[in-house]
Amino acid sequence: MTSSPMPGPTVAEPVAPGARAPADSGLQSGRLIAPQAGGAPGVPMIAIDNVNKWYGDFQVLTNCSTAIVKGEVVVVCGPSGSGKSTLIKCVNALEPFQKGQITVDGTKVMDKATNLPKLRSRVGMVFQHFELFPHLSITENLTLAQRKVLRRPAEEAKKRGLDLLARVGLSAHASKYPGQLSGGQQQRVAIARALAMDPIVMLFDEPTSALDPEMVGEVLDVMVELARDGMTMMVVTHEMGFARKVADRVIFMDRGEIVEDATKDDFFGKPRSERAQQFLSKILQH
Amino acid sequence: MFSNFDFSVIGSSLPYLFGQGMVFTVTLTALAAGMGVVLGTLLAMMRLSGVPGLKHIAKVYVELMRSLPLVLVIFWFYFLVPYIGAWVTRAPNPIQVGAFSSALITFTLFEAAYFSEIMRAGIQSISKGQTGAANALGMTYWQTMANVILPQAFRNMLPLLLTQTIVLFQDTSLVYVLSLTDFLGAASKVAQRDGRLVEMYLFAAVVYFAVCFTASFLVRRLQRRVAIIR
Repeated sequence: MTSSPMPGPTVAEPVAPGARAPADSGLQSGRLIAPQAGGAPGVPMIAIDNVNKWYGDFQVLTNCSTAIVKGEVVVVCGPSGSGKSTLIKCVNALEPFQKGQITVDGTKVMDKATNLPKLRSRVGMVFQHFELFPHLSITENLTLAQRKVLRRPAEEAKKRGLDLLARVGLSAHASKYPGQLSGGQQQRVAIARALAMDPIVMLFDEPTSALDPEMVGEVLDVMVELARDGMTMMVVTHEMGFARKVADRVIFMDRGEIVEDATKDDFFGKPRSERAQQFLSKILQH
Repeated sequence: MFSNFDFSVIGSSLPYLFGQGMVFTVTLTALAAGMGVVLGTLLAMMRLSGVPGLKHIAKVYVELMRSLPLVLVIFWFYFLVPYIGAWVTRAPNPIQVGAFSSALITFTLFEAAYFSEIMRAGIQSISKGQTGAANALGMTYWQTMANVILPQAFRNMLPLLLTQTIVLFQDTSLVYVLSLTDFLGAASKVAQRDGRLVEMYLFAAVVYFAVCFTASFLVRRLQRRVAIIR
């Protein structure tokens, strides 16, 4: 036989040091993110300082303070109604708050002088219900904000979008519409859409809680890889397995307050507050 | 029973009925619907904006238009528009805009109130999460509206917008009060000239029915095709 080209994996781009794709994820090797910009040394990427928020008379957030430095992965957990989703939405001002301050890469979020669209374009966000744009194809979903917000030329935006789509293993679906994809696939597209903006930090608001159980894994795999690539991440989730695997710190919230803010090992090993202990015993029983 | 009727009058007047009358009706309908949807969408956006002033202006406008009979508005604008034009341009005498322009302005302004209610429902039918996602990607209010919310709202509401346009198509017959010759006006003129009232008004009714029934049928078919897969 003559030497015919072997069908097989195409040559991947050189793998950056430190980037490891989980063996079972089916992800192509390579980094999900460009080397991170922003984050001057010593300045936290996200600083949440004494944030209070009310809906009318009802206080949903009480004196919340924490900071997330560059490259850190912080998991926020707590019972439903504890204010964790509200807190993460305050970070890019999707939810306004009345008292306190949040800065992202040194920029105040609730300040009239802040160019909010510009700030938000640097903060990626992934939602519980994916929120892909159903009237646009997957490719258009990936390129819309790149073209309109970052003013990237169409070709460049498409290349970046399809590149990321390949990284989340969905190249075959580029011309489909969101409604034709499964929940897990849609959420992976949503992550790719956020990454296409080259964010300095990624926020995840319960990214797997609207998914069928068999699809949770594929989304978590993408997030694990993202964490290992060095992305700064704030993740609201009940997936304690994810927290154990990649989190640097775990924040536990209850009734609008940050009850515990500890390293992963401390949180799982010896949670100090009774409420966190109760929560963990309930969630880890199964 | 029909021995006293002469339907040949229809055949001989077809070029006039359609070449002038129907062309006028369709032109007025299309222009007023197009401009009315644009204005109606802006009104809907004003009404849904959190800005108190804009919100109330839009609300008062829509409520006012919906509470007045169309014929009254047609008359009113016909007599008023020349004076408003003179006031705006500071001309000494009323500016003659012509019956067609006056009718077009009237239908646009009147239908905008109805289109705005449809577009308001359409915008509200899109989940808040879509706005959140667009904002989170850094899009401004206008970028979010133009690229995410309005295209979806428009597609969801297209059947209702077209149905309202069919109503507009029928309402344009009211331009007879301005002595304009739309399809019904043309039929009416022939009827009175030849003394064939029954034949011509019967024919006009059949044509209006045929056009509107066919259009409604097509709207229903379209409805199934444009639905966004979710």
